[in-house]
Amino acid sequence: MKGSLRTWVLVGLLVLLAAVPPLAAWLDQPFYLDLLRRVMIFAIAATSLNLILGYGGMVSFGHAAYLGIGAYAVGVLGFYGIHNGWLQWGLAIGASALVALAIGAVSVRTSGIYFIMITLAFTQMLYYLGISIEEYGGDDGMRLASRSQFSGLVDLGDATSFYYVVLAILALFLYLTARLVGSRFGRALQAARSNEARTRAIGISPYPYRLAAFVISGAMCGLAGALLVNHTAYLTPEFMNWTRSGELMFMVILGGIATASGPLLGAAAFLLLEDLLQGWSVLPKAVTEHWQLYLGVILVLVVLFAKRGLAGLIPGKHE
Amino acid sequence: MSSPLLETVGLQKTFGALVATDGVDFDVREGETHAVIGPNGAGKTTFIKQLCGELRPDHGSIRFAGEDVTRLPAHQRARKGLARSFQITSVFHDFSALDNVALAVQAHAGHSFRFWRAARDDASLVQPALQLLRQVRLEHKADVLAAKLSHGEHRQLEIAMALATQPRLLLLDEPVAGMGTKESARMVRFLETLKGEKTIVLVEHDMDAVFSLADRISVLVYGRIVATGTPAEIRANAEVRAAYLGEEG
Repeated sequence: MKGSLRTWVLVGLLVLLAAVPPLAAWLDQPFYLDLLRRVMIFAIAATSLNLILGYGGMVSFGHAAYLGIGAYAVGVLGFYGIHNGWLQWGLAIGASALVALAIGAVSVRTSGIYFIMITLAFTQMLYYLGISIEEYGGDDGMRLASRSQFSGLVDLGDATSFYYVVLAILALFLYLTARLVGSRFGRALQAARSNEARTRAIGISPYPYRLAAFVISGAMCGLAGALLVNHTAYLTPEFMNWTRSGELMFMVILGGIATASGPLLGAAAFLLLEDLLQGWSVLPKAVTEHWQLYLGVILVLVVLFAKRGLAGLIPGKHE
Repeated sequence: MSSPLLETVGLQKTFGALVATDGVDFDVREGETHAVIGPNGAGKTTFIKQLCGELRPDHGSIRFAGEDVTRLPAHQRARKGLARSFQITSVFHDFSALDNVALAVQAHAGHSFRFWRAARDDASLVQPALQLLRQVRLEHKADVLAAKLSHGEHRQLEIAMALATQPRLLLLDEPVAGMGTKESARMVRFLETLKGEKTIVLVEHDMDAVFSLADRISVLVYGRIVATGTPAEIRANAEVRAAYLGEEG
C-alpha cells in the first residue's frame, strides 16, 4: 500500500480535517467542529471494528459494548471525583480489553451467525446492566461533572484542543492498524479469514490470532468510548444500544471493509448524511422526517454497486 | 529396517452406517513415495483427513515420527512436519501467489505474534518463498492474486506452500486431478524431482502418475486396504485387477 493513491487520499483527508478548525473559526461556524469531531470519534470506533470485521472476518454485532465501557470508565470515575484523564482513559482501554478478552474467549470459537448472536447477546447484557444501575442515572444517564483532565497539558473544554486530540488519536490508530495489518500477525489473521482449513494445514491455529485481534479492537474502541462521552459530556447506556453496534457495522461496510480509509469515509458519509437528511431545511419534510429510510436506500445501493464500499471507488490495488 | 515415518494401526471411521475406514494398517517408510489408490467412494479422502488431523478416527492409532499423533489437531501435526495439498484447490484467493507461499514460510518460522514489521519487506519470508515459486515454475506469477491463477497453477502453488513448511512428509491429495495431459505430465516430472528427497503419500486417480511415481502402492476398496506392494506386484495382483484396475480398462 506504500505510496498508493489510496494512502494519499487518506493522508489528504487527515490534512483536510486538520484545516477545519481555523476554517470553521473564519466562517464563524463552530458547529462544524462539533460535527467533525463526532465523525472522527466514530471513525476511530469503526477503524477498530474494521480490524476484526474486515481483516479478521469476524462479524461482531456487539461492538458498541466497548464504546459503552470506555464511556462508563470516564463517567464512573468522574462520578467519584476522579477526573484525571490518564486514569480515566487508561481504565477505558484496560477495562475494554479485559471485557473483550472474556467475550472473545467464548465467541471467537464460533463463527458465522453464532458469532453475530453471541457478540450481540453479550452487548445486550452490558446494555441492560447500564440501565439497571440507578446510581449512574439508569436509563436516563447522567451529566459529566467535568471532562477528562490532563492537568495543564491540554484542555478538552476547549473545542479546538479537543478536536486536535481526537484527530491525533485517529491518525495514530489508522497508522497502528496499517502496521498491524501488514505484519506477520495481520497476515495470519487475514489468512484465517480467507481460508481456515488451509491456515490450519500450514500449521497456524486461527484462534489465538483472532482472539488477540478481538482484544486489540475492543481496547481501541474503548478509547473511542472515552472520547465520545467527553464529546457529549453526557453518559448514557444508549452508547451500548444494539442499534449503535449496527451503525458501526454500517459505517465499516459503507466505507469499505478491509480498507485503510474505509472506516473514516464510512463514518463521515454516515454522520454527514444523517445530519444533512435530518436538518437541511431545503429538503422536503417527507425526507427529513424519514431520513433513516433514505440512508437505508443509500446503503443498499453501495452494497449492490460498490463492492468495496466508498474506498473501493478510489482506483488502486485491493489489499 | 528402521521404524516407519508414518504408521496407522487398525484405523476405523464410521459415518452412521457407512464404514469409511475399516481397520486400516498402513505405513510409510522414510524417503519412499507411497501411493494410495482406489475407486471413487473407497474412502481415500476420509483416510487422508485422518492422517492430517482434520478428522478423528473412532478407533486405532496414528504414529508419526515415533510419536502418537492420533489426538493431535491439524495445525499441530503440520508443525511436526506433516504437510498436505488439497484435492480441491485450497489457497488464499485474496493473497498474491508470493504472499501465499510467504505465509506458509511464516507458519513454519514460529508464532506470528509479531505486530510491527511489514511481512512483505521481510527477506526471511520473501526470499524462501520466491525460491519455492521458482522451484514449481511459478515465479513469473509471484504478484498475481491467487484467484486469478489457472487450475494447474493452483496445484503448483499448493505444492510450493506444502514445501514451504519444510515437511518431513508430504500428503498430496490428487495433485494432477483436473489437469490437462500436458500440465499433468509437467506436474509428474516435477514430483519426480522430489522423489527420494521427500517422503510422499500420494493419493491419485491418474494411473500413469501413480505407476511412474510410486515406490509402493496401497489399494483401498470400501475402506479396507486389499493390497500393498510395488507397482509390479499391484499390477499382477488378481484381487486388485478385479476390484479396481479392471474397471479403468
